[in-house]
Amino acid sequence: MTLSEGPVAAPLLSVRGLTKLFGSFAACNAIDLDIAPGEIHALLGENGAGKSTLVKMLFGVLQPSAGQIVWQGQPVTIGSPGEARNLGVGMVFQHFSLFEALTVAENIALSLDPRISLSKISDEAATLSKAYGLPLDPKAHVADLSVGERQRIEIVRALLQNPKLIILDEPTSVLTPQEADRLFETLFKLKAEGRSVLYISHRLEEVRRICDRATVLRHGKVTGACDPKQETPASLARMMVGSDVAEVLRDGGAALGDIRIEVNNLSVTARTPFAVALKNVSMKVRAGEVLAIAGVAGNGQGELFDALSGEYPVAEDEAIRIRGKAVGRTGINGRRLLGAGFVPEERHGHAAVSAMALSDNLLLARSQSDKKAFLAGGAFSVIRFDAIRSATKRICEAMDVRKSGEDPQAGSLSGGNLQKFIVGRELDRQPSVLIVNQPTWGVDAGAASRIRQALIDLARSGSAVVVISQDLDEIFEVATNIAVISEGRLSEPHPAETLTLERIGLLMGGIHESQSIAENASGAEAAHAH
Amino acid sequence: MFEAILLTVITASTPLVIAALGELVTERSGVLNLGVEGMMIMGAVCAFATTQMTGSPYIGLLAGIAGGAAFSLLFGFLTLTLVANQVATGLALTILGLGLSGQLGEMFVGKPGIKLQPIVIPLLSDIPFFGRVLFAQDLTFYLSVALVIGINWFLFKSRTGLKMRAIGDNHGSAHALGINVIRTRYLAVMFGGACAGLAGAQLSLVYTPQWVENMSAGRGWIALALVVFASWRPWRVLAGGYLFGAVTIGQLHAQAFGIGVPSQLLSALPYAATIVVLIIISHNRRTTLINTPASLGKPFVPDR
Repeated sequence: MTLSEGPVAAPLLSVRGLTKLFGSFAACNAIDLDIAPGEIHALLGENGAGKSTLVKMLFGVLQPSAGQIVWQGQPVTIGSPGEARNLGVGMVFQHFSLFEALTVAENIALSLDPRISLSKISDEAATLSKAYGLPLDPKAHVADLSVGERQRIEIVRALLQNPKLIILDEPTSVLTPQEADRLFETLFKLKAEGRSVLYISHRLEEVRRICDRATVLRHGKVTGACDPKQETPASLARMMVGSDVAEVLRDGGAALGDIRIEVNNLSVTARTPFAVALKNVSMKVRAGEVLAIAGVAGNGQGELFDALSGEYPVAEDEAIRIRGKAVGRTGINGRRLLGAGFVPEERHGHAAVSAMALSDNLLLARSQSDKKAFLAGGAFSVIRFDAIRSATKRICEAMDVRKSGEDPQAGSLSGGNLQKFIVGRELDRQPSVLIVNQPTWGVDAGAASRIRQALIDLARSGSAVVVISQDLDEIFEVATNIAVISEGRLSEPHPAETLTLERIGLLMGGIHESQSIAENASGAEAAHAH
Repeated sequence: MFEAILLTVITASTPLVIAALGELVTERSGVLNLGVEGMMIMGAVCAFATTQMTGSPYIGLLAGIAGGAAFSLLFGFLTLTLVANQVATGLALTILGLGLSGQLGEMFVGKPGIKLQPIVIPLLSDIPFFGRVLFAQDLTFYLSVALVIGINWFLFKSRTGLKMRAIGDNHGSAHALGINVIRTRYLAVMFGGACAGLAGAQLSLVYTPQWVENMSAGRGWIALALVVFASWRPWRVLAGGYLFGAVTIGQLHAQAFGIGVPSQLLSALPYAATIVVLIIISHNRRTTLINTPASLGKPFVPDR
């Protein structure tokens, strides 16, 4: 395979001057891109850089405003995903386009020729999934499957159409390190068969590990094309954000103070069949400490956060203590009044009301804990708009929240900017305990680094911080101590400097899987070395 | 005696089953059309008027179907093309239908109707007891059974039905797969309208062959409740339709026998039953996920 020769060899797909306008805003601006046969090509960029818009145009979901797409030397118009598939383009979406109410085979059938019978599709899917190491039961309902299994459906679905180019949008964001290794093996198999892969990710390490070439987008324009193996994560990040990402600073070994939040043998039964029960969770977090809780999604993180924040108070009052006071049965506002702050996982609909202004969202969160500052008139609770507006302004300046107007709707902010606001809303109170769930989920590198720095600074100023995260890079960046949650059990905390990525990965997968993980890891290395 | 009661139960249940089946298809595509009552009464008046003018109840039946479908097209245009709120539009459709049909049917009030005659199927109708009940019925009864079988096959065996269920579950993903969401929904809405029209025609040509204002008398609402009661499954619509039909008839006979059950209580029974079913199905998240069209009532705007 002539991978390293790059676009000089007749490209499979080449894009010239591709532009997409939404009103007067150019989501993609004169983009050039070449993908050679049999290469894994990375598409890098911050959120809002235009990656999704670009691949949607390549897959026929959106129509370009200007520019040309050339497929195997022929200029083409891709009017619909169906046409894209007929050309030989397959796509695995970031947010799975699966139908929960349908079975695996029915989901796959929807994107295939209607003349093929459902039973034949089941057989072929089973065969393919075995061949590529992606086990699947065609008769299972999607609603009953895990996120990793759902992704396999998407991949098998794309493969059944025998595509020449497969587009993967942030495929590893939902996988354990071991599951990701498995996916990389599949990708190397595809590459060995001469298929091309367009790999969208903001995980720079991954891109450096598996991709042959990378195209970097920023503000809808191509800012660089490179061989990622020749670059460092820092140099790639620089291309993505335009300037050096501020490295997160920390001075190790600050003395820890008193215990701020303490959990003793907390057990919570599962509220729904899909929830995870918490089993004997214990932890202590001291002033000045950042305890990071690692784990793969769906192992009890949400349930732990709900118990800690008081969104669902627990039966045993003594199980949770904030600043020495038993608060297990106390609600969110009671815990806030003790000086705790909480940042839940979902930005829209949980941490913020999308259709309301930032100032309203500030008041909603802090109307009880900052009653004196924001409400006047005693029992009448008259809202003091001036105080709230100035607090909103203060938060936006402190966290560098970029917004379209003075006080826009929360929903109009990009994910990263809204997350900065939500974290800033809590930091503004100088909480003595802060609990954050997935602080930089789907946030661009610049905003993520700003948020992580803010969390470290808060701990340094003498607060206790609990960070629940799936992002191991983030965990190593911020943590004093690291614990791992798996199937509702929390491990002992370990000092961050004594742990490696591999060891955490094993803890995350749960102990019973450790054997197969070891096998996978060696397999992935073999595939990587070829 | 028992045979006579059974025959009246069938006549009372058939319009419920037909209208509910149409709404089931509409809702499976993700559209909530609360205008069943309005489409039904439009079907009833169109069928009656056409029968009066042509003398043929079969042409009247076709006119009822066409009337319901045409009326549903108005709903489709407002909610699918102009993306108006489906609940409000559906309610408006019912109010408009009731008013408009009263206006159109004014000249037919009190005129004797022409009844759709039963079609007696030879041999089968000679089977003792069941033969007379099941095989000497009018066309609408046969159609209602055929619709149950046909819709069940369409939804769960045909690829087009699979696409429709996919749209109802997640219209964004369906669009991304290249399925034409709006066109499918237009067709589903019109099918729902046609069925409601047919159900209305049954009222003015079979059930009570005459024109009376508001003669649908809330059956459209029962049909809506029936769809939820059946958790969007055609065979359960048939079963539920007969259950609700039997309750309606039972209520009349109970009164005749002087059994002291308040009629209001009995007419509320379908709705009470629906609430119980809703509680049961919402208790099991898995069955809800698999049966309820997840994008029901949500507007769809392709991002183009």
